Amino acid sequence: MADYEVPETHEFPIIPSIMEGAMAHSSPFVAGEEFQSDMGFPSPEEPGQLIDGWHEKFLELMKDKLSKYRSLQVFMDICVKCGACTDKCHYFIGTADPKNMPVARQDLLRKVYRRYFTFAGKYFPKLVGAVDLTEDVIHQMYSYYHQCSECRRCAVFCPFGIDTAEVTMAARDMLAQIGMGQKYSNQIIPKVHKIGNNLGLPEPALADTLEGLEEEVEDDIGVKVRFPLDEKGAEILMVTPSADFFAEPHIDGLIGYGKVFHAAGVTWTLSSKASEAANFGLFIGNYEHMRQISLRIRDAAKELGVKRIIFGECGHAWRVAYNHLNTLAGPWDFLDQNYPIPQHILEFTKDCLDRGILNIDKSENDHMTLTFHDSCNIARASRIGDTPGSQFTTPREVIQAVCNNYHDMSQDTIFDQTFCCGGGGGLLTDDLMELRIKGALPRMEALKNVSKDHGVTHMAAICAICKSQFTKVLPYYGMTMDQIVSVHQLVSNAIILEGQGEEAEDSDDTDDEAA
Amino acid sequence: MNTLSILYIFLFYVAMIALVAGIINKLLQYKRVPAPLKIAVTPAPLTKPGVVYRFFTEVVLFNSLFRATKWTWIFSFLFHASLLLAFFRHLRYVISPDSFIWPLVNNLVVQSFGHYAGFTMLIGLLGLLARRIFVDRVRYISSPSDYLMLLLILGIAGSGLSIVYVSHTDIVQLKAFIMGLFYFDWQNLPSDTLLLAHVTMVLFLALIFPVSKLLHAPGLFMAPTRYQLDNPREKRHLSEWGAELEKDGRNS
Repeated sequence: MADYEVPETHEFPIIPSIMEGAMAHSSPFVAGEEFQSDMGFPSPEEPGQLIDGWHEKFLELMKDKLSKYRSLQVFMDICVKCGACTDKCHYFIGTADPKNMPVARQDLLRKVYRRYFTFAGKYFPKLVGAVDLTEDVIHQMYSYYHQCSECRRCAVFCPFGIDTAEVTMAARDMLAQIGMGQKYSNQIIPKVHKIGNNLGLPEPALADTLEGLEEEVEDDIGVKVRFPLDEKGAEILMVTPSADFFAEPHIDGLIGYGKVFHAAGVTWTLSSKASEAANFGLFIGNYEHMRQISLRIRDAAKELGVKRIIFGECGHAWRVAYNHLNTLAGPWDFLDQNYPIPQHILEFTKDCLDRGILNIDKSENDHMTLTFHDSCNIARASRIGDTPGSQFTTPREVIQAVCNNYHDMSQDTIFDQTFCCGGGGGLLTDDLMELRIKGALPRMEALKNVSKDHGVTHMAAICAICKSQFTKVLPYYGMTMDQIVSVHQLVSNAIILEGQGEEAEDSDDTDDEAA
Repeated sequence: MNTLSILYIFLFYVAMIALVAGIINKLLQYKRVPAPLKIAVTPAPLTKPGVVYRFFTEVVLFNSLFRATKWTWIFSFLFHASLLLAFFRHLRYVISPDSFIWPLVNNLVVQSFGHYAGFTMLIGLLGLLARRIFVDRVRYISSPSDYLMLLLILGIAGSGLSIVYVSHTDIVQLKAFIMGLFYFDWQNLPSDTLLLAHVTMVLFLALIFPVSKLLHAPGLFMAPTRYQLDNPREKRHLSEWGAELEKDGRNS
């Protein structure tokens, strides 16, 4: 565990006094030429520089963005600097850097917008805080637009619905197109395009992994639960984050999906081509990449001839799937219209539970007391169920259907006020470790408090990024990495499949291996 | 007619045209720019009446601001509600006594509430100004224009109250002047300093409205995060430029 200064947790959240420049040094690695060119982005002649003509290019890109995204155009104009968002960002709370206040983060771009695109900024720049576009401004943008996890907590509190994530996405895309792409995201996206998943796990390796998983589950419970890959004619195409194939606690969730499908008696398959639910095109604000990544799923669904598409536990993936799959890769007229397209695995499991077709033994989870972490992209950018807000109730209902012990964290840290794990939005990279630790503060604080007051031992999540991030940062806050669990891991623990013999030893659900 | 009045008649028309044309121009711009993706902040309404209700809670009750910060909400609500009451009170100067609306405007309730609103407006504005000065986070994000905007509106409220409580103007002549603007039958404007200050600041506010953050008033209705329906799975959302990309045949 590398050494980082870990912020103190308190019984009640504390809004820090601002400390200018506290995180000015934080910046992820810039993508080198190979990754930039894989993405179709330009590279400067000298590493660390900007491309020739970057100044005009950036303003051109901005003009283009403003004409393509109503959100950006409106948000650039209507902020009144009321301050409602200033204490809402987990990165501000954890770092005290004023540029991590959502409005200040937006202002990095807004000041340039005002200077070049508004009457007041053109003629009275000092009056309205407009600034010239300089290299220094570009580097500040690169730094602070990579200290935003696009979690939208600020947008909940903004009286006008201004969403910093929209600004961050636009800025990142413009930066990438003047040679300042982020290495982490730009390294991953080409792997999805070429191989099918973020990990670069090719079909044979994936088949091998799934086969191993089938054996493992059979050894464990004495029932052959299938984890099919590329099976034509299956009813359901399952699209899940690739972390589910190997990392803890993700893989226990995957086992849970398999068991639920098994118990429900449906045929399903994974696809090697669409072996990834994640869509980092969202993070970098690039419509075309997001579209190409989504279209893999369309291709896979057509090739395999499935009738339904279900997504596994992943926050931003569900945001893209729920909101954008229809836009980017639709129309889905060739699928069964009697089911939501796409459907979330929790919708499927909840339905099975409601219909009473799952045999559940809740006591299997009695060694744990659970709480639930609402993932930002699910809480504030999607729905899981039929009614507004069912993204909060569905996971809780499923957890409480399979566990006896459950307590929510403090009200102002859950539902649509949930705090990001600190690693979302393309920041789940080791070169941003300090930021990730500090950004996790509000969530860690709430978890510690609910542990103290209600004896909560484990936190369940439905997002691959949240799970990986917590696995990594929990130890920094004096907790253990196995305290984060998948929701379908809990389902997996409690579900009793037909033929599951007494001789089968029951699971010790917590694993100590890190992601 | 005196030169001063001619100048103000001119300023009035310029400011009103700038205000109306400026806002329409901005709204048309917002309408022209597509929203390519569904980005409603959820939980979001599933129906159009639901969206109307969402805007009602935001525009009338400032719901999000209430959840964010109680002090800003109190001062902000006080200011905006006072502004509305003051607006109703001022209708008396632009409506003919023959009009059927006249009794709705020229009554004790509207007129006395309009008076008190002047004071509550001052309190609201001073609260907002204090917050901008004393809260380090808000001070950090403030530009000179943010302070000046508050001072400008404070000036309008202060001069307006002074006309009522310190030194009256020739209100009959003022009304004649305003009605004259409507009917192109131009009259003299009373030339008291307080009234001129009041009117000048109001005209300046109207003039800068479309090029300032005051755009938040019409602009908030154009935020896709708030006006969009939560129905992406049921209804395919596609922008014109998004559809253009599909010419590659990948969506067929």
